[in-house]
Amino acid sequence: MAGLHKSDLPNPVLNWIDSRLPIITMMQKEYGVFPTPRNFNYFWNFGALAMVTLILMIVTGIFLAMNYQPNTGLAFDSVQHIMRDVNYGWLIRYVHQNGGSMFFIVTYIHIFRGLYYGSYKAPRELLWILGVVILLLMMATAFMGYVLPWGQMSYWGATVITNLFSAFPAIGPKIVTLLWGGFSVDQPTLNRFFSLHYLLPFVLIGVVFLHVAALHIVGSNNPLGIEPKGPQDTLPFHPYYTAKDSVGVCVFLIVWAAFVFFAPNVLGDPNNFIEANPLQTPADIVPEWYFLPYYAILRSVPNKLLGVCMMFGSILVLFVVPWLDTSRVRSARFRPTYRWLLLLWVLSFVVLGVCGANKPEGIWVILSRIGALYYFAHFLLIMPILGKLERPLSLPESITQAVTGRPLESH
Amino acid sequence: MAESSAATAHGHPADGTKRDLLELIAGAGAVMLAGGVAVALIGSMNPAKDVLAVSAVEIDLTPIAVGSGITVMWQGKPIFIRHRTDKEITEARDVTLSDLRDPQTDQSRVKGGHDQWIVLIGICTHLGCIPLGNKPSDMRGEYGGWFCPCHGSQYDTSGRIRKGPAPLDLAVPPYAFVSDTRVKIG
Repeated sequence: MAGLHKSDLPNPVLNWIDSRLPIITMMQKEYGVFPTPRNFNYFWNFGALAMVTLILMIVTGIFLAMNYQPNTGLAFDSVQHIMRDVNYGWLIRYVHQNGGSMFFIVTYIHIFRGLYYGSYKAPRELLWILGVVILLLMMATAFMGYVLPWGQMSYWGATVITNLFSAFPAIGPKIVTLLWGGFSVDQPTLNRFFSLHYLLPFVLIGVVFLHVAALHIVGSNNPLGIEPKGPQDTLPFHPYYTAKDSVGVCVFLIVWAAFVFFAPNVLGDPNNFIEANPLQTPADIVPEWYFLPYYAILRSVPNKLLGVCMMFGSILVLFVVPWLDTSRVRSARFRPTYRWLLLLWVLSFVVLGVCGANKPEGIWVILSRIGALYYFAHFLLIMPILGKLERPLSLPESITQAVTGRPLESH
Repeated sequence: MAESSAATAHGHPADGTKRDLLELIAGAGAVMLAGGVAVALIGSMNPAKDVLAVSAVEIDLTPIAVGSGITVMWQGKPIFIRHRTDKEITEARDVTLSDLRDPQTDQSRVKGGHDQWIVLIGICTHLGCIPLGNKPSDMRGEYGGWFCPCHGSQYDTSGRIRKGPAPLDLAVPPYAFVSDTRVKIG
């Protein structure tokens, strides 16, 4: 039989609670004294930044939903109503609208951190997989959220993206009708997108909880990619990393605020200031910037089904990265060839993004094909083959030895 | 199963088999229940009765001048109705079928005796944009039919795909001529 938890909190009220539900002890263990490698750099801020963003998005989103109308006749106007009439509505909406972009910026940097320092390697494979699930959920949430203002780009973006599913043979058109709840993007589509856009962030919270829980079992990776060997290699999470994360959060909020107050629409598309019109396609349909690389991959393939498969594959391949990379060395710091090829992969991602923003003609087709080719070759060829061929630099014996500045020759 | 073998160890073999049966019935019941819930929930996402009910529209063709077309809405989708010139009909019929990506004769895409009228669902089969070309002043592409501004698909005067990324011809909706100057779509 279970008994009361033995709490050693001095405060009698807190002790009473903690004995019956030891959440204070748990917080102490997981966020207070939690042993964390002592050598984090600022790349390790971005998980916390993503968490802050998720919370701010949910808070602003709840207040937006109090004034938003998920109705094709009212949606566009209700957003204008939020912007013009609702007290501080402009602020809440611009924080939310730009928050989508902020969320993807910090998440992409967080993923790059994982790739560069090998955070996906054993024993952190499941942690990484949960992260990819989070990315997919984020993408679905962002896509459906973008439809809600019911502007031209909302409508046509929704039409193009839902039509991607029609590429699948036989069941494709049935899936599209099911997604739409009709024969085109219309009232049922908007209504269900609103419902799901409200739901998915809470699903995200659940998966983020699992992501963090898994992290607290296997422990954080660090820039050297070697495991801490003892207490001398770690620091308690509080106050060391609560403080370091706070610095990052302050800088991040300044950047976010700069967008909100000085350039709130710079990342948006002017076409979304026009109300959705099912009878007129805008001259050029482009997704939000964070989807451009995948859009470029889609358009780089002349075959529709293959293009759709490549686009989905570009995310799904992340799931198997822990098994594609055959190198035992985690941190790219000690992999002289791989580190440059990984940066080249980042370049291919950026080039694909630029291609996605341009019409698929001339040089952009060629560039997007080269970019897509390298994007996949990096995962499917370079990761498995280079891991076997490359001679890594020698790893330091311990974190403490590496960071206290003793000469490397000493080991 | 672990429970039933434990029961056997305690000397109640009959209990074990009865419990297995109950577990199977309960399990099968739960699966059926879950299936029923899934049918209802997924079904609720498919088009509702009112959406299905708005099925037919009747269009008067007299205002459409030769060489131009109009767009009407049917089931939330744009429908192109174009009054083709004799030259456009001839062009559509002179094509070798083997040159087409999605081979269909022009005759099979119009109603006999009304060859000048082509009725199409005006949605590009690539990614669902609306092609241009109803107005004679619109961009109609190299084949004089329709041109999709999104990714450059080009359709001929029969709405068949000739160039660009779209895989299929523009679809022909179900329709019938009520009289020589009226069509009913749906």
